[in-house]
Amino acid sequence: MDFGFSEEQELLRAEVRKFLDQNCPLEEVRKLAETPAGFSRHLWERMAELGWVGLTLPDEHGGVGLGWVDLAVVLEETGRTLFPSPLVATVLAATAIDRAGDAAQRARWLPALACGTSIGTVALLEGSDDPDPAGIALAGSSEGSGFALHGEKLFVTDAQNADLFVVAFRAPQGPCLGVIERGAPGVAALPHELMDPTRRAGRLVLDGARIPREALLGSPGAALATTQRLCDCGATAVVAEAVGAAEAALALSVDYAKTRIQFGQPIGRFQGVKHPLAEMVVEVESLRSLLYYAAWLLDRDAPEAPLAVSRAKAFAAECFPRIGIDCIQLHGAIGYTWEYDAQLYLKRAKWTRPAFGDAAYHHERIARLGGL
Amino acid sequence: MDFDLTPEEKAFRDEVRAFLDANLPPEGQRDAAFGRDWQRKVREKRWVGFSWPREVGGGGGTIMQQVILKEEMARRKAPPLGTSFMGLAWVGPAIVEYGTPEQKRRFIPDILDGKVQWCTGYSEPDVGSDLASLRCRGVREGDYYVVNGQKIWTSVAMWAQWIILLVRTDFETASKHAGITCLLVPMDSPGITVRPIRNMEGGAIFAEVFFDGVRVPVGNRLGDEGQGWQVTVSALAHERSSIAEVTSLARQLERIKELARGTKRAGRLTSEDPAVRTRIARIDAKIEAMRLNGMRFLTWQLRGEPLGAETSVNKLLRAALEIELGELALEIEGSLGALAKSDPDAPDGGHWQRMALSWPEVVIGGGTPNIQRNIIAERVLGLPKD
Repeated sequence: MDFGFSEEQELLRAEVRKFLDQNCPLEEVRKLAETPAGFSRHLWERMAELGWVGLTLPDEHGGVGLGWVDLAVVLEETGRTLFPSPLVATVLAATAIDRAGDAAQRARWLPALACGTSIGTVALLEGSDDPDPAGIALAGSSEGSGFALHGEKLFVTDAQNADLFVVAFRAPQGPCLGVIERGAPGVAALPHELMDPTRRAGRLVLDGARIPREALLGSPGAALATTQRLCDCGATAVVAEAVGAAEAALALSVDYAKTRIQFGQPIGRFQGVKHPLAEMVVEVESLRSLLYYAAWLLDRDAPEAPLAVSRAKAFAAECFPRIGIDCIQLHGAIGYTWEYDAQLYLKRAKWTRPAFGDAAYHHERIARLGGL
Repeated sequence: MDFDLTPEEKAFRDEVRAFLDANLPPEGQRDAAFGRDWQRKVREKRWVGFSWPREVGGGGGTIMQQVILKEEMARRKAPPLGTSFMGLAWVGPAIVEYGTPEQKRRFIPDILDGKVQWCTGYSEPDVGSDLASLRCRGVREGDYYVVNGQKIWTSVAMWAQWIILLVRTDFETASKHAGITCLLVPMDSPGITVRPIRNMEGGAIFAEVFFDGVRVPVGNRLGDEGQGWQVTVSALAHERSSIAEVTSLARQLERIKELARGTKRAGRLTSEDPAVRTRIARIDAKIEAMRLNGMRFLTWQLRGEPLGAETSVNKLLRAALEIELGELALEIEGSLGALAKSDPDAPDGGHWQRMALSWPEVVIGGGTPNIQRNIIAERVLGLPKD
C-alpha cells in the first residue's frame, strides 16, 4: 500500500508550479480575465509542448500515456494559480474520442487536441440541469446515416474558444456522443457571463447541426458508459482544481492572519481566527485524499470509481464555497475589495459547486450506490 | 500510488482471516468461556502487543501488518486483543521505550497476559487541556518519592491495580514541561483514595484519585527525573492509526441505514427521505475521507517522513462523526429518540441512546476538539501560540 506520489509525479508538480509562477501569476490571470478569450494562446501552446494537454492520451496520437493521478497533479497546480485555459475541456473531449471513437476518429482528432492546436470541449448539460446521462433530452433526428440536432446545450466549458465539440444527444437507440466542428452549418456558441472571471463557458445553439456517421463516437445509442465516464472525469478534474484553489485561499488567509496586527498582536493568535483556519486544513486535506483515490480508481476503470468520484465532488461542492466565504471574512473589509485576490477564490468556488454535479446530485448518488 | 497489498501483506491478511473463520463465532454466540479461549489464542499468535518488539514478548509486527490486523479484527467485530486496555495502548509502549530492563521484566508480561489493569493519572482539577501545568507534587525523600495532590477524569481508576502518574518534581524550571516526572504506582499504596464520578449516561467510568503522602520507590520512576513529559508524549503518539475507528464508524453508518430502512414517518420510509439520504451520504464521504487520510498519513510514516499534527485532522473528523451519527439516528427515530436506553421500546436495544450520551468519552478524551484545532493552527499552519 502506498498512498503517495512517485518521484516523477513530484517532479511534474514542481515543473508545473514553476511554469505557472513564472508565467502566469495572479496579476497576469487578472489581465487575461479581461480579454474575450480569457486565456493566453501562447502559454497554452507552451503547455501543450510540455505534454500537459496530452498527458492522459496515448503515445501514438501525440499524448504522454499517463493517467488521471498525474493529471490531478497538474490540475491541482493550475487550480492553485487559477490558471485560465481550456485544459479540462480539451482533455475531456479527447477522453471521449479516445474511449468511444474508432481508429480513424482517434487518428483524425486526437493529435491536434494533444498538441494544443485544436481546442476541444464537451457539451453535456441541458436545461434540466441534470448531469446524469439520463438527463440528456436533446433529440437527434435521423438524417442519412447520421443525425441532425435541433436544440441547446448549456454551460459548455470554453464553448467560445472551442474548435471541436463532443455533443451528447439522444437517438431512439439511446444516448449518443457526436463530434461537431466549429463553423459547421447550424452551430453557434454564445458566451455565458460567469461570476468567475477566470473561466469561460457558453451556450451551444444547434440549429440543424449535422453529425454524420463518421462523426458519431461508437454505434448509435451506445454512449451511456462513455457519457458517465466523462461526467466522472469532469467532476474529478474540477475537484483537482478545487483542491489547489482552496489551499491557495487558505494560504492567503494564513499569511494575512500572521501579519495583520490588531489589539497589539497578529490576529492569527486569536482562536476565533485560528480555529476556522484549522477547519480549512481538515477540509482541504480530506478533499485531497478523496481526490487522489478517485483519480487512482479512474485510472484502473474500477467499478468503485463512480462512488469515489461522488464522495470527492460532493465534499468539494460543500467545502470549497465555505472556504471561499471564510477566507473573505477572515480578511475583513480588505477581502471585499476588487484589488485583493480573495474574491477570485470565492468566485472560483461558485464555478466549482455545480460543475459536473452539485452536492445534492452527488449525495443522492452516494446514497444510491451505498445501497439506499 | 498503489492501494493494493503486497503478496506478503496479502498472505498475512489471509492468515488473519483464516484465524477468524476458525475461531470467531457469530456475535450472539460468544460466551465467557469463548472470551478466555480467545485471549489465550491471540496471545499465542503474539497479536497482543503486536507492534512491540519480540524480545519483550510482543509480535514485532510491521506497521502495515498492524493496520491489517486492526482492520480485519474491527471488520468482524472481534473481541479486543488483550484485556489490559491502557496497558496495551500507551503504558506498555512507554515502558518498552523508556523502562529499565527490570521494569520491562516486571510489567510487560502482566500487560500482555491481561493480569493487570492500568489507569492514567494525567488531568488534575485545574489542569485539563493545559496538561503541562500540572501540580500534583512528588518530593524525593531518600529512595522514595512522596506524592501529594489530586488527579481527576482518571478512567477505570476504581478497577485498576496500577496507575501511570505524572507529578511535578521540580517547581523551579523555566519551562513547565521540564519539571515533570513519570511514576508507576500500585493503586493499593497507602494514601490513595478513589472517588468515582458519575457521568451523564448514569454510569461511572472515571474517578477522582487523591494522593496523601503516597510513598513511591525511586525504582518505579519511568525515564529520568524531569523526563515525564517526553515519556507521555511519545507514549500517546503510539495511538495514531485511525483504521479501527474508521471501520467502527462505517459499521455504525450501515446500522443507521438499517434503522432508516425500518422506520416509517408520515407514511414514508425514512430511507427514502431526501434530507436523510443527504445526511447519510455526507457522513459516508466524511468517513471515507478519514479512512483515506489515515492511509495517506500512514504512507508518510512508512516512508520515514515525520508525522506532524496531521493526526489531529482525523481526530477532528472522528469527533464530529461520533456526534453526528448519534444525532442522526435519534432524529430518524423521531419521538422514540427521546426514550432512555433502558426503555424496552427504544429501537435497536437503545444503542443510539447510549451513543448520544457517551460520545464525550472519545471526543473529549485525549484532547478536546478545540485543542486539536490549536495544534493544527500552530504546528501545521505556524500561527502564533496563544
